[in-house]
Amino acid sequence: MIGSGILKGLAETARNFFGSYVSKDRLTTIQYPEERVAQIEATRDFPFLVYDGPDWHDGMRCVACQICEKECPPKCIFIEKSKDKKPDAVGKPQAYPAVFNIDISVCMSCQICVEVCPFDAIKMDVKYDLSTDDRFGGLLLDKKQLSKSNQYYNAIHPTEAAAVDAHFAEERAKAEAKAKAEAKARAAAPVTPTPILAQPVGGEAK
Amino acid sequence: MTLPLDQIFVLSKHWLLSFVPPIAQPLASAILSVVPVLIAFPLLFAITTLLERKGLGRIQNRYGPNRTGPWGLLQPIADGVKSLTKEDIVPLTADHAVHFLAPIFLVAAAFLGYAVLPIGRNMVISNLNAGVLYFFAVGSMVELSVFMAGWSSRSKYSLLGAMRAIAQMISYEVPLVLASVVVIMQAGSLSTVSIVEKQAGYTGIWPHWFVFTPWGIVGFALFMIAATAESNRSPFDLPEGESEIIAGYYIEYSGFKFALFFLGEYLGMFATSGMAITLFLGGWSAPFSFLTWIPSYVWFFAKLLALIFGFIWIRGTLPRLRMDQLMNLAWEFVLPTALLNMLVAGVWHFMPGGPIRWLVCIAIVAIPCTFLTRRLKRKKKFEVRTYSFAE
Amino acid sequence: MTIAFIILAVITVAGTAAAMGMRNAVHCVLALTVGFAGVAAIYLQLDAQFVGLTQIMVYVGAVAILAVFAIMMTHSPSPTKPPTYSSYWLMGSIVAAAVFAVLAWAVVSSGAHTQSLPSEPTVSVQQIGDALMHRFVLPLEIMGLLLTAALIGAVVIAMDHNEEIK
Repeated sequence: MIGSGILKGLAETARNFFGSYVSKDRLTTIQYPEERVAQIEATRDFPFLVYDGPDWHDGMRCVACQICEKECPPKCIFIEKSKDKKPDAVGKPQAYPAVFNIDISVCMSCQICVEVCPFDAIKMDVKYDLSTDDRFGGLLLDKKQLSKSNQYYNAIHPTEAAAVDAHFAEERAKAEAKAKAEAKARAAAPVTPTPILAQPVGGEAK
Repeated sequence: MTLPLDQIFVLSKHWLLSFVPPIAQPLASAILSVVPVLIAFPLLFAITTLLERKGLGRIQNRYGPNRTGPWGLLQPIADGVKSLTKEDIVPLTADHAVHFLAPIFLVAAAFLGYAVLPIGRNMVISNLNAGVLYFFAVGSMVELSVFMAGWSSRSKYSLLGAMRAIAQMISYEVPLVLASVVVIMQAGSLSTVSIVEKQAGYTGIWPHWFVFTPWGIVGFALFMIAATAESNRSPFDLPEGESEIIAGYYIEYSGFKFALFFLGEYLGMFATSGMAITLFLGGWSAPFSFLTWIPSYVWFFAKLLALIFGFIWIRGTLPRLRMDQLMNLAWEFVLPTALLNMLVAGVWHFMPGGPIRWLVCIAIVAIPCTFLTRRLKRKKKFEVRTYSFAE
Repeated sequence: MTIAFIILAVITVAGTAAAMGMRNAVHCVLALTVGFAGVAAIYLQLDAQFVGLTQIMVYVGAVAILAVFAIMMTHSPSPTKPPTYSSYWLMGSIVAAAVFAVLAWAVVSSGAHTQSLPSEPTVSVQQIGDALMHRFVLPLEIMGLLLTAALIGAVVIAMDHNEEIK
């Protein structure tokens, strides 16, 4: 009988039509701004800069080595090295970025900057709805906007952040031991190098 | 039995005309008849776009538009504002004059058909005594504007779309006219008003619509198939197949001209649906004798909305046909069935009434149809396709 | 001669004149369609509904499309501009003048322009149908046979072509 397949199809779509008013399970749409899909831990969107301690500028891990700038495939990172130095996460005096801009309208969230960073200073964020009404300035983030605390990093990617913190603690312990040994060796020396950071970094996150 | 509510538009027109000096009355009368149609059907178009998007959404288990206004009711306004404010891009090599004229011509041709549609009791713009002929003559003008749009854009896709559209429209115009011939045979008139009047009256509570006869139901089914193809709607939407030729003949149109094409297409759909209502579904008459107190124009629009819902349902269900399937359906199934149906209408006219007439008429159309469909089915063998032009 | 007739006549003549004068073949067909539509409107204005509507259906709906298809199938990609005045032009104008002379002679000698027009009869579609089915049924059937033969011929030509490709 011609048309039986058509009738079967019509019955199916009619069932969908009325069913979608009766059972909410049929509607798989997530009403975006009000509802959101729960993010998995490995979610990654645009990069941000991690800082330790309370002050974003003093605790910035980035040492302006510019590897990420060179590696970035769409060339959306712009870094200017500072003239002076400040202690880095381990306590060693290092340069810091005087300017650190990421144009997130260009960024493609490839995570290469994160992979190449030797200082664990740049990590992937989970924020994706960054739309703005200023299409030139609004999407060019400077280092202040990019800086987010280590607690935030621990909150969004706990496993990864714990590994990074453990690595930093080890490094710091090594540096301290080295400093102690140096101090012992130069016992006669009048000045003992003291750790510059007031509290042990990374401890707060644990 | 003419209720004041039923005749409210007719009476208010007469009342308004009484203020006009006699010399200007023919013109004023024409304007007063035409303007409501020019307002009502684009309004219906706006409502239909929303209904279609909502309905298709629900058929696919989605919400459909629900952001603009409560339940998305203001979506058509948002769409209209958007298409008005969009940039109107004309391709550099396009034939500017023809490119500009095509959408206007299409909408004008689509509107012309409404002149003979009886929307309610005493509510028809012009009661031509060749009304049905007029309707199909005007409908054939749409093809030319489709060609103008496709050719003037100077784009492969639009030309392909126009070729497909014209081939399809010409192929399906034949069954469309043949399907309506049975009604003309039975009613003995080409005037739409008298066709509706022939379907007035009730047996018990049941109306005398032509669709409740063997030739009527077959004619209605064939007419709706051909009407779907004429208005380029799914599953016959090859001319604008999004996945193949993007939008067919109006690919190079943007902004308000695109909206005009959309409007023209929907107006064509409403007009053919209105013609189907007039020919087979008793026009503006009520479906049951005890419901005649509801105004006639309400019934017309209720039937129109029901047919539109049918169109949306079909669109949400069936996949697009291939070109050869489309042509096979037209020439090997719809056309022979329409011809048989004319025979049935003749037999119905000359046989005495009773159940035997029903049986004979159904047999005449059903037996050859089973053979026809069996032939169509036998062709449907899946095998490796060879392309004669590909070597 | 009413105003409506003058407007329609101007549209018709302008359309057909443009069809002869335009460079682009497709433009010519579109202009010719305007001429067809104008003629149809004149028929309608003369209360000849059937002829007018058939004119629209056949000429605007079908013949124009046919012409357009024919042009597209045979269109060369770079149309060469032929000179406006060629040797054919003289011959063409002689033929046109001859045709016009014959027509004009026929009209003048028929005396239609001198005698006052009788009140125009109102012919309904029903009357045309009756005439076709009763008085002119044989010519109608012969016409049908002829068209069927043409249709079969067209199908045969198309089939032959198909087999060649295979």
